[in-house]
Amino acid sequence: MTRACRLLMLMALGLVAPASAQTTPADATAIGRGRVVYQTWCATCHSAGEGMPGTAALRVKYKSQPAVSAVLTERTNLTAASIKFFVRNGVSVMPFFRKTEISDADLEAMALFLTRRGTP
Amino acid sequence: MAVPPGVNAKVFAQAVREFEAAVGKEWVFTSDEDVALYRDAYSVLWGEPEERLASAAVAPDRLEQVQQVVKIANAHKIPIYPVSTGRNLGYGGSAPNYSGSVVLDLKRMNRILEVNERNAWCLVEPGVSYFDLVRHIDEKGYKLWVDIPDPGWGSPIGNALDHGGGYTQPMFRNHFDSHCGMEVVLADGDVLRTGMGAMPGAKSWQEYKFGYGPWIDGMFSQSNFGVVTKMGFWLVPLPDAYLTGTVTVSKWNDLIPLVDTLNYLENSGVVNGMPGLGMPIRQGTPPDPALRGLLEAATGGDASGIDAYAARNARACWSCTVKFYGPQKAIAASWEFAKEKFAAAIPGARFEDGESYKLPLTPEQREKVHKPEFGIPSLETFSIGARSETNPTPSSGHAWFSPIIPRNGEAIFEANKVFADAARKLDLAFFGFSLPTTYWMRSFIFLFGFPVTRDAASNKKNREGFKQLVDICAQHGWGEYRTAPAYQDAVMNTYSFNNHALRRFHERVKDAVDPNGILSAGRYGIWPKHLRGTRA
Repeated sequence: MTRACRLLMLMALGLVAPASAQTTPADATAIGRGRVVYQTWCATCHSAGEGMPGTAALRVKYKSQPAVSAVLTERTNLTAASIKFFVRNGVSVMPFFRKTEISDADLEAMALFLTRRGTP
Repeated sequence: MAVPPGVNAKVFAQAVREFEAAVGKEWVFTSDEDVALYRDAYSVLWGEPEERLASAAVAPDRLEQVQQVVKIANAHKIPIYPVSTGRNLGYGGSAPNYSGSVVLDLKRMNRILEVNERNAWCLVEPGVSYFDLVRHIDEKGYKLWVDIPDPGWGSPIGNALDHGGGYTQPMFRNHFDSHCGMEVVLADGDVLRTGMGAMPGAKSWQEYKFGYGPWIDGMFSQSNFGVVTKMGFWLVPLPDAYLTGTVTVSKWNDLIPLVDTLNYLENSGVVNGMPGLGMPIRQGTPPDPALRGLLEAATGGDASGIDAYAARNARACWSCTVKFYGPQKAIAASWEFAKEKFAAAIPGARFEDGESYKLPLTPEQREKVHKPEFGIPSLETFSIGARSETNPTPSSGHAWFSPIIPRNGEAIFEANKVFADAARKLDLAFFGFSLPTTYWMRSFIFLFGFPVTRDAASNKKNREGFKQLVDICAQHGWGEYRTAPAYQDAVMNTYSFNNHALRRFHERVKDAVDPNGILSAGRYGIWPKHLRGTRA
């Protein structure tokens, strides 16, 4: 399956996430780790404010969908699958990340952090 | 599992088992999915048969593991390719020059071994990023800056070894120049330290570069003679203040005395921030269409039209923003002196005060400044090429074409004429009149981002244009300072004085220090003896 096909499939299947289950203590620990991973690897491009190329690009990408925030931590419709896809495949000028940078466990934690649905 | 060319599959499988024993099974990557993460995301050969791809990757955690991995590779004649953070995007990523090499991924070696605030230096491992180092310094409250390149996720070691640059004072902007002391693992697994580090118990490894005898540090930059596992760097003591001022000049040929005066001020240490040249006459959105023809005529040698346009519209052809770090009163005086020099050299020069900050910056100020000029790492530079209102269909990256030219106005004019002629001939639409940047003392560097796409035909056209530009520049005596792996042979071919005497010397060294040719075959055009026939 080509990257484009996989991406389309994810887009079709994954943009609306299921409602979250109750957060367990283990989840809370993972979310904390995920926050650190996000701050280390993603926040410098995807935070709110000026000088954030990722946020600026998503603002243009979703300009016809004002309900979709350009800031990843404000998104309510991200799925773990789509997060993992973009981290491991990149998009546009955003490169993909090796496992010595973001391990599979760290990626799971970050996906949990970004899909936490209201958990602080 | 892919196998390096010329290596028996059973031998490679044995080597992989030995790598796993050395670093732990989880840190040896052989699956297609994992090895694909070592592709160069900005590869100009993406998806083509010639794309440079790894066969596997191994990620040691400490010096002794690096030595073990190198010894295993040397024993089995497995090609390996060290990367520090693998984020040299635009000039290469974590993919090897020689397809089938095993990437030696040093990202896990991310220790900040020492930061000395009293004498402003640090000692770090290859996996430490600029973000890591600055975060550490901030957490400790040290009054130090790190000179930062545009993307902050690279490593001080990797960036310095590739001759990267930054934005603060001249003695720090050249990152290789600002290093002090190295630790290097050689192809047989032996380890050496350079400079004062060669003395057991040395007390000044990061304080005196040269030690005793030949200074060999340069041998390990843009090369493949060893694996650098530690480097020291000199850091920037927090300046008292920062100030900028801009001079504007009216006429096209005023660029010549403008650059000469700037050079005097910078070479004598009066201007000690990174200057910036500009073209106010071209400002405005959209630019006045009448300017296009006038610029072309001026580039071709007839500046009468553009001078008349500038006079008629009260616009300046050129600007130069000079920047100062230091005691607040002293840099104010330096700016006054600079104004006197520019005014004396260029009748009609006009001046405007710019940014002025007492340091450290406030949080609000940090948000609005160009961060690397204040030692703040960021990724803002990825706005280049990213999706935007004016670029709704972004590329997949870029490859920098970056020739060094002399630091004078005549060279800027000549280079632009050459680039314009070449762009027409090669149908490279993204070239317009350009100004060089001033990372280095005493030379200019042009930076042109060749778009990289996922379309092979488009990439092929750009590759051909890139290589022709390399040759065209060489015909004028201008050479690339750094380039992506796909172009490294082409660029090395242009440094050909006396029948490629420099490359022949590199090869003699390579044969002596890495007789099995296992380290980074082909990097910067240096191939081991058994692969010299594959040179592009």
